[in-house]
Amino acid sequence: MPEIKVTPLGAGQDVGRSCILVSIAGKNVMLDCGMHMGYNDDRRFPDFSYITQNGRLTDFLDCVIISHFHLDHCGALPYFSEMVGYDGPIYMTHPTKAICPILLEDYRKITVDKKGETNFFTSQMIKDCMKKVVAVHLHQTVQVDEELEIKAYYAGHVLGAAMFQIKVGCESVVYTGDYNMTPDRHLGAAWIDKCRPDLLISESTYATTIRDSKRCRERDFLKKVHETVERGGKVLIPVFALGRAQELCILLETFWERMNLKAPIYFSTGLTEKANHYYKLFITWTNQKIRKTFVQRNMFEFKHIKAFDRAFADNPGPMVVFATPGMLHAGQSLQIFRKWAGNEKNMVIMPGYCVQGTVGHKILSGQRKLEMEGRQILEVKMQVEYMSFSAHADAKGIMQLIRQAEPRNVLLVHGEAKKMEFLKQKIEQEFHVSCFMPANGETSTILTNPCIPVDISLGLLKRETAIGPLPDAKKPKLMHGTLLMKDNSFRLVSPEQALKELGLAEHQLRFTCRVHIQDPRKEHETVLRVYNHLKGILKDYSVQHLPDGSITVESILIQATAHSEDQGTKVLLVSWTWQDEELGSYLTSLLKKGLPQST
Amino acid sequence: MAAHLKKRVYEEFTKVVQQQHEDLSTKKLRLTKPSKSAALHVDLCKATSPADALQYLLQFARKPVEVESVEGVVRILLEHYYKENDASVRLKIASLLGLLSKTAGFSPDCIMDDAINTLQNEKSHQVLAQLLDTLLVIGTKLPENPSVRMRLVEVACKHLTDSSHGVRNKCLQLIGCLGPVEKGVAKEAESQAAKDVQKIIGDHFNDQDPRVRTAAIKAMLQLHERGLKLQQAIYGQACKLLADDYEQVRSAAVQLIWVLSQLYPESIVPIPSSNEEIRLVDDAFGKICHMVSDGSWVVRVQAAKLLGSMQQVSSHFLEQTLDKKLMSDLRRKRTAHERAKELYSSGEFSSGRKWGDDAPKEEIDTGAVNLIESGACGAFVHGLEDEMYEVRIAAVEALCMLAQSSPSFAEKCLDFLVDMFNDEIEEVRLQSIHTMRKISNNITLREDQLDTVLAVLEDSSRDIREALHELLCCTNVSTKEGIHLALVELLKNLTKYPTDRESIWKCLKFLGSRHPTLVLPLVPELLSTHPFFDTPEPDMDDPAYIAVLVLIFNAAKSCPTMPALFSDHTFRHYAYLRDSLSHLVPPLRLPGRKLVSSAVSPSITPHEDPSQQFLHQSLERVYNFQHLDPQGIQELLEFTIRDLQRLGELQSELAGMADFTATYLQCQLLLIKALQEKLWNVAAPLYLKQNALASAAAKQILEETYKMEFMYSGVESRQVVIIHHMRLQAKALQLIVTARTTRGVEPLFGMCEKFLQEVDSFQRCFISELPHMQGSFVDKLLDLMPRLVTSKPSEVVKILQTTLRQSTFLHLPLPEQLHRATANIIEPTGESDNPLRFTSGLVVALDVDATLEHVQDPQGTVKVQVLYPDGQAQLIHPKPADFRNPGPGRHRLITQVYLSHTAWTEPCQIEVRLLLAYNSNRSKASARIAKSTWSESLEALPPSENGIEGTIPFSKPVKVYIMPKPARR
Repeated sequence: MPEIKVTPLGAGQDVGRSCILVSIAGKNVMLDCGMHMGYNDDRRFPDFSYITQNGRLTDFLDCVIISHFHLDHCGALPYFSEMVGYDGPIYMTHPTKAICPILLEDYRKITVDKKGETNFFTSQMIKDCMKKVVAVHLHQTVQVDEELEIKAYYAGHVLGAAMFQIKVGCESVVYTGDYNMTPDRHLGAAWIDKCRPDLLISESTYATTIRDSKRCRERDFLKKVHETVERGGKVLIPVFALGRAQELCILLETFWERMNLKAPIYFSTGLTEKANHYYKLFITWTNQKIRKTFVQRNMFEFKHIKAFDRAFADNPGPMVVFATPGMLHAGQSLQIFRKWAGNEKNMVIMPGYCVQGTVGHKILSGQRKLEMEGRQILEVKMQVEYMSFSAHADAKGIMQLIRQAEPRNVLLVHGEAKKMEFLKQKIEQEFHVSCFMPANGETSTILTNPCIPVDISLGLLKRETAIGPLPDAKKPKLMHGTLLMKDNSFRLVSPEQALKELGLAEHQLRFTCRVHIQDPRKEHETVLRVYNHLKGILKDYSVQHLPDGSITVESILIQATAHSEDQGTKVLLVSWTWQDEELGSYLTSLLKKGLPQST
Repeated sequence: MAAHLKKRVYEEFTKVVQQQHEDLSTKKLRLTKPSKSAALHVDLCKATSPADALQYLLQFARKPVEVESVEGVVRILLEHYYKENDASVRLKIASLLGLLSKTAGFSPDCIMDDAINTLQNEKSHQVLAQLLDTLLVIGTKLPENPSVRMRLVEVACKHLTDSSHGVRNKCLQLIGCLGPVEKGVAKEAESQAAKDVQKIIGDHFNDQDPRVRTAAIKAMLQLHERGLKLQQAIYGQACKLLADDYEQVRSAAVQLIWVLSQLYPESIVPIPSSNEEIRLVDDAFGKICHMVSDGSWVVRVQAAKLLGSMQQVSSHFLEQTLDKKLMSDLRRKRTAHERAKELYSSGEFSSGRKWGDDAPKEEIDTGAVNLIESGACGAFVHGLEDEMYEVRIAAVEALCMLAQSSPSFAEKCLDFLVDMFNDEIEEVRLQSIHTMRKISNNITLREDQLDTVLAVLEDSSRDIREALHELLCCTNVSTKEGIHLALVELLKNLTKYPTDRESIWKCLKFLGSRHPTLVLPLVPELLSTHPFFDTPEPDMDDPAYIAVLVLIFNAAKSCPTMPALFSDHTFRHYAYLRDSLSHLVPPLRLPGRKLVSSAVSPSITPHEDPSQQFLHQSLERVYNFQHLDPQGIQELLEFTIRDLQRLGELQSELAGMADFTATYLQCQLLLIKALQEKLWNVAAPLYLKQNALASAAAKQILEETYKMEFMYSGVESRQVVIIHHMRLQAKALQLIVTARTTRGVEPLFGMCEKFLQEVDSFQRCFISELPHMQGSFVDKLLDLMPRLVTSKPSEVVKILQTTLRQSTFLHLPLPEQLHRATANIIEPTGESDNPLRFTSGLVVALDVDATLEHVQDPQGTVKVQVLYPDGQAQLIHPKPADFRNPGPGRHRLITQVYLSHTAWTEPCQIEVRLLLAYNSNRSKASARIAKSTWSESLEALPPSENGIEGTIPFSKPVKVYIMPKPARR
């Protein structure tokens, strides 16, 4: 049995460092090449030595596919391609290709310049790595080599996120990357056709959650911001540069537009400006509303949102500021927070999860007095709000995707083991497909039952379908022909053609049978009697009496001779080819019963 | 041939006699040898190659064919059909056959045999499909011929086994359109056709080609539409089709399931994988709900739409559509809606400011959680969150329909509708506000919901705000805080968008009258009265203060204790507002003040209010003026007109009626003035000035009568007669005046002739009304008609003059409802001092935004006029799409007017106004003519010669400052 082998190097029963090896029909594909946020040592990158100890990676991998630009999906790419050494093709979508290097560069800066690490990839390496990238369009089938082809589907999540279908012959695997089944303010929902892959590798971040509708959260968010601004307070929204930040910007921008509000909104500069530029370019990747209205106005050309300057923080009057980073642990967001924390009219909204130990986590858990560096005590009087905007599919969304794609097997990655367990059980119960959840380094083997395509000539097909009832789509149909296996291809041809192609002579197979009949008459009279008898019975067949004294029924020959010893016994020689076996045996049995007594 | 005839004769004996007519007609048709077919014949014979022949046929298809020659053409085409080897030419011929049989007045049964025969030897699938299409056309042209249909269906059944999808498609379509609908007919007919059509179509639900599957379902739906009761057995099959790979199949299957659920709502179906059973409509509902999360948005829209019309579904299922069963880490979580509700009911006054406020509560049994099979679960939650706004709109509509039929569901879906007020697409927001309004009598808004609703008041779109005001008019609020909140938000809205003033006042009027008890405790605060101190008197012209007063006065109407809380100035303000904004402020029974109506109240019937009474009384007085001297009449008329105009200003509901009568009296007054005795006694040339007065009066009367006829909605034929009568009088006056001023008789002849014609047509139009017009001008005129026709113009004029003076004044009966068409240009406001600058020769677009009331067919009649300072006028017809219809009788015009002019040296003002175009041919009178001639006399009516087209300005002109600059070189 052919099989598909899947080995996660990262993201197996874990979140972060996504890297999954798939071998399918002799092809090896690496899905994503991410880093782990939680580690600063070797564990932050996947263990590429698992693939090969001493050989070159290029010889072992046919291609690498990156699903989207988040660092836990592409962070290890320059290390992998430049430092470990891989020269094969890397596939990603156009927006990912555009935004990925910005994030990698940012990541490099933080690690090397701020933390002072050495032995890390350089800017040049990022550039070199990007040269190996082949960009793909949505729904474009890319032929990696003669057999391996890949195709991207829209995944929502972030700009340019895609799900990939990897197909070799009849076997196929779909890798979802991260995806979102509910649309948000700037991106649409993930979509896949009924491609019925052998295996669906799905993320399962929210395997045990069914989320409330997005609208309530949006409304709450807007209401809180609006109220504060009307009171004359300032709103601080710490964000990470890409993804959610754009969603919130759009949300506020449209709200400001709708409500005719005048308070300024600022966005901290730098990275985000570049990113916004790409958002403006890749309008086709966004949701219906933005796509439809961009002719009048590109939604990412913000009218109300302006670049932030440090001096603005002291301006009087209401304002809204988006500042990085998202967890209030350093940088601009923390600076602004310190300035504004003392006024109870102000508000800070945390739009995402905060790691323990950060200022963000502290204020969310209700701490009102913070100790800053230099033994300074900061009293937090401003309001603190928490708003979760997440772009992963919830349990219902995952099930919905499985229903859309109708896979034969499901494999879960990118989630916690305990939660996966629940979802796995659900999937098996609802869809009756087997579900896998390998840990890192563990290999799952999926048996496939691939169909083998066989070419058939049109003539033969028509001839064969003409026999019997109309072909039914859902039922297999029996056909006669010769299967030729030649040059790695299969063809079904008619026997004559097969003989011709193979240069073989046709052999005739004949059955002969002697039937003894007691008949005292002359030979030709006996023949005549047999002829009349057969003619009487076999009305539908052509029965002929030939001048040489033999009878033919279709192609079956019957001859009569007198027995050499007993003249009263006539020997009937019946001869037929194997094709007429049915009629031939019927005739013999008929003749064996003897002739009717004639008067 | 003889045998053929014999067969015919035989048929005629046994079957219906009616066929004889058809036979006769066919024979007759065959005799005519039309030139057209001959031409085609020659053309086709000339054709050397198939391409040539195709060209000829294409040319031929462009020209219409007369009914008589259709059959001949068909014969020639068929002849060529048999000769032709090229499939494309045959295809074209087949399609032409279909086209020809569509010709109106042609009965295609004579070519049916031939068409069926052509099918026999045809090899090409495309041509076969086209031929079947032709047969379908023939079949639909012969609706009352069951035997023909039966035959065609048989033919179609035969070709159902064809290997091409196109042919099978057409066969199914044909069966669907022509298959026997009544069971009885099928049994009577021959054995073969007695086959169950449904069975045949149902067999093709599993066809290998998706197009054929779709066609099969469509054919089934077609049968249903034609009245065949589908069997319940196909429900199972249809359910399987929901999982089809192709969206068009799924989309059609959803429809089929819906149809079945409406046919057999109460029958019981088993649930697979368990031994329970549920009602079919519930099962179908669950299945369609499932399709709301389909992969294709076309199917999603379809499913969401159909959900709305499944009202028989049990409430238990219905409510599941709004419940997604939230969980987080396997623990049950409450939705934000539930949390809000709980907060509200516990009386706590804070919103979730803690992190982890939404922390999940109880553990969930993992086995019990059903992630996807739960059918109806959360269908609407998904639909309302959909990516495509088409789906969202469909879901909102469905919610609306279901909520209207189920109050408990209405209560539940409220939260979701409120959420939709924040949708990113305006259409969706608007739709959900309208939906909310429609279901608002079933619901009461909670405070937090009201809060969200009111937040939308700041929307910059006028449509949205107005829709929201309408919604607030009919909402029930539960607490006094709610009312206060609503008032505060509305006042905020007022300061932000002052143009919303009227709409907000109206909204507060209803809000007050709906919740008197809730307003009562708020009164001291709202009026800022103090038990000990006198507070300063608020500014009476402040719209916000007026808004507060409107709310309070309307609440006070049904709350007699409220006026005790008013301070002195409030009473004064009441009196003022009651006078100036009488449509917003109701009459109140105030202590120590005499109610205006109380003096008269004993005498009038309760349903008739005093102003109406006044109107009738003053009219009554006018109609009895015969006894007065001319001077007295004039004065009386003048006073009455003034009274009526004032009444119209005060009482908006009577405005139409008052204006209408005032206009009529005005006409009469003009007429009387013009006919003043002394004017006519002097020789004409000396009294040019007087003549000018008379002719101006005549002209004005004419104008006013057009206004009366076309500007009011609700005018009945009784009024139309009188208006026309008045117009006739004006025309007579015109004739007299011209007769006196012009020398020579020649031009008079024509005018007299024309006038008499008009009298004649008046008589014809309103013959039934004439008995009511005793003693009127026209009555007398008709008596004198024989004399008039024969006499000279000068005599005619003399007669007219005396008749005009002697004739009595006709009563104008008032219709039940009469509304004057009004228009109000909101934008441009005409207040801007900044000229609109543009380069001369180029175009500038001016946004025009206007509200129209009581305009019938505004798309056809309302025009925009632009008047330039040089007297040049431009008339613009707005596009039909520029008109919106926010409510009954109201329209809103939002359009752009393109202006252009040559360069000016300094900015100048142009005038923009709206006109109501009319055409007397289209008027109600001519509609009457058509009707009366149809029923009474069949004589042909001469086209109404007096078809006058014109326009009535019906809005105040707005001045716009513009400045075309010379182009820079």
